[in-house]
Amino acid sequence: MPAFRVEVRVMPRAALLDPQGQAVSHALHALGFADVGDVRVGKHLVLRLEAPTRDDATARARAMCDRLLANPVTEDYELLVEAA
Amino acid sequence: MLRVAVVVFPGSNCDADTLDAARAAGSDPYYVWHRDTDLRQADAVILPGGFSYGDYLRSGAIARFSPIMPAVAEHARAGGPLLGICNGFQILCEAGLLPGALMRNARLRFLSRPVRVRVDATDTPWTRLYEPGETLVLPVAHGDGRYVADARTAAELEAEGRVVLRYRGDNPNGSTHEIAGVCNAGRTVVGIMPHPERRNAPELGGTDGARVFLSLEAGHATQHAGGVRALGGHHAGL
Repeated sequence: MPAFRVEVRVMPRAALLDPQGQAVSHALHALGFADVGDVRVGKHLVLRLEAPTRDDATARARAMCDRLLANPVTEDYELLVEAA
Repeated sequence: MLRVAVVVFPGSNCDADTLDAARAAGSDPYYVWHRDTDLRQADAVILPGGFSYGDYLRSGAIARFSPIMPAVAEHARAGGPLLGICNGFQILCEAGLLPGALMRNARLRFLSRPVRVRVDATDTPWTRLYEPGETLVLPVAHGDGRYVADARTAAELEAEGRVVLRYRGDNPNGSTHEIAGVCNAGRTVVGIMPHPERRNAPELGGTDGARVFLSLEAGHATQHAGGVRALGGHHAGL
């Protein structure tokens, strides 16, 4: 069965306070990167999975995000699926 | 005397204090390992505080799929009293047994200190011995305690009187509507961030938390002994 490399990008929902992003933004300003505006901190997961087709792999990855990898109350996610 | 199951996850660290607090209140508590699947002996269930699965991914996200959780959900569905304290609250939110989520504290620091909370709902099995509007001093100890719910959910919680505890004075973690604890629509499932099991005896610096556990037994006494006489006895035991 073909293998796929799935990248999952999980980000705190835009409307929610992201204190980690704020802290990083402040630190960058303190280092002289005055051109930095809003910073948001999320998670990046990379997984390898086997599936008959790319669409199947995407569907499986989406199910994983909906059940575990992202919290639907607070986070949005994006998937990038490519042949491994 | 109620049988109270205290569920132990890998990384729970308030399980022993919680068991002691339930016993001090007159209950008959026992531990249930998270790999067990049976809660039929339990009259009430408590998910204690701690750092289940190291808080990996999100606090409570992995514990929520422990083998015991279908039994916890079934207990809740049947109207059984269920309390989540701190990490237990996080697990109940992740499991969808309570609305909302608990995110990183607004000022990022792990908070371990007493806070003032007001009891806003006394019609739950865990708060019936408090006075409505009573202010308590209870310790919090969390990094992920900022309660978040969308505007519609928050409005619903307010309209239905489902905010059980609310921070007073300052909002230590940036929670929506200063929420420190909520209950489900049936009012039997309660989640709170403060630790009542750490304030149930004068030796621990106060007794404001004791009535969480006494409330459970008092409800039982009211239902089964037909009066509040037993309740007075428990107070004397404090």
